[in-house]
Amino acid sequence: MHGHDHAHEHHPSLQHHFSTMSQQREAGVLGMWVFLLTEVLFFGGLFITYTLYRMWYYEAFAAASKSIEITPGLINTVVLIGSSLTMALSVRASQTNQRKATVNWLIATIILGSVFLGIKVYEYADKFEHHHVPGASFQFAHEPAPGEAHVAPAEGGHVATMGPDQLQRTTQLFFSLYFVMTGLHALHMIVGIVILFIIAWMAHKGRFDSEYHAPVEMTGLYWHFVDIVWIFLFPLLYLVERHN
Amino acid sequence: MSSVHVSPLSTYLTIFGALMVLSAITVGAAFINLGSFNPVVALAIAGIKATLVVLYFMHVKYSSRLTKLTVVLSLFFVAILFAETLMDYATRGWMNYTPMQQ
Repeated sequence: MHGHDHAHEHHPSLQHHFSTMSQQREAGVLGMWVFLLTEVLFFGGLFITYTLYRMWYYEAFAAASKSIEITPGLINTVVLIGSSLTMALSVRASQTNQRKATVNWLIATIILGSVFLGIKVYEYADKFEHHHVPGASFQFAHEPAPGEAHVAPAEGGHVATMGPDQLQRTTQLFFSLYFVMTGLHALHMIVGIVILFIIAWMAHKGRFDSEYHAPVEMTGLYWHFVDIVWIFLFPLLYLVERHN
Repeated sequence: MSSVHVSPLSTYLTIFGALMVLSAITVGAAFINLGSFNPVVALAIAGIKATLVVLYFMHVKYSSRLTKLTVVLSLFFVAILFAETLMDYATRGWMNYTPMQQ
């Protein structure tokens, strides 16, 4: 295993500064997790901002969250967790030398990721239509769209303690956080899809086997992390207060 | 030579099923008035889902102790971020201070 006889059993993908493939893999996994740790703190800053404003302007957060349709968010939750499954199955296929399956599951992940982004585009367009995008034309609660007219009475109950100007400003905070958080998440997905294309091409070219599939595995770790961010975003943005 | 743990297909399907059930429970629970426990329940379910993804989809259950430590460290740093920030903002009203003279 080591010493004078190791030269002839080197895996072609073993870098010279590692003694074994498993040591190389270990180092890669650890490095990836250190990167994900920085990502956790990156998103953590947004989550603490959300927490503070939600504590201060709860009524506005409840009313603004209620104006968001649950269905597309729930569909996206299913789609994204589904894409995590296909990603995990691709890693498993690469671990067991199934080249074709590795590529196919990667393509399935790309498709599901694209479906998620497509639904996100629909949701963003809907926000523009309802003037729920922070900025000069932002308008909340006083011009309910025909479809959400039934929401108005409940909103009225909420905003009793907030004047219209205050509600206008504080709901804008919620939507600012909505766009920054889901936007940053979507940006991570776009980056992830680009990486998935590259990895799928490499897998198709036969660059991976049961000994060396670190790129597939690292892409998987990144993709699952993005899934986890959404697991928290969904209840925090869509489900602030749905009873009453 | 290969020290990589290969999980059976059934593990992935079971975890996926559990994640789907928990997603449905999150939506259902949001429509029940639990008072101040609504966000607690929502975050607890999200926490369980994230833990399942980390342990089984990301293979941390079968990873080295150093990797496990790194995962826990990320939670530790986030805890510091939240604790220190909330300690400040949540207690500002406690002070009965007079604004400084211009």
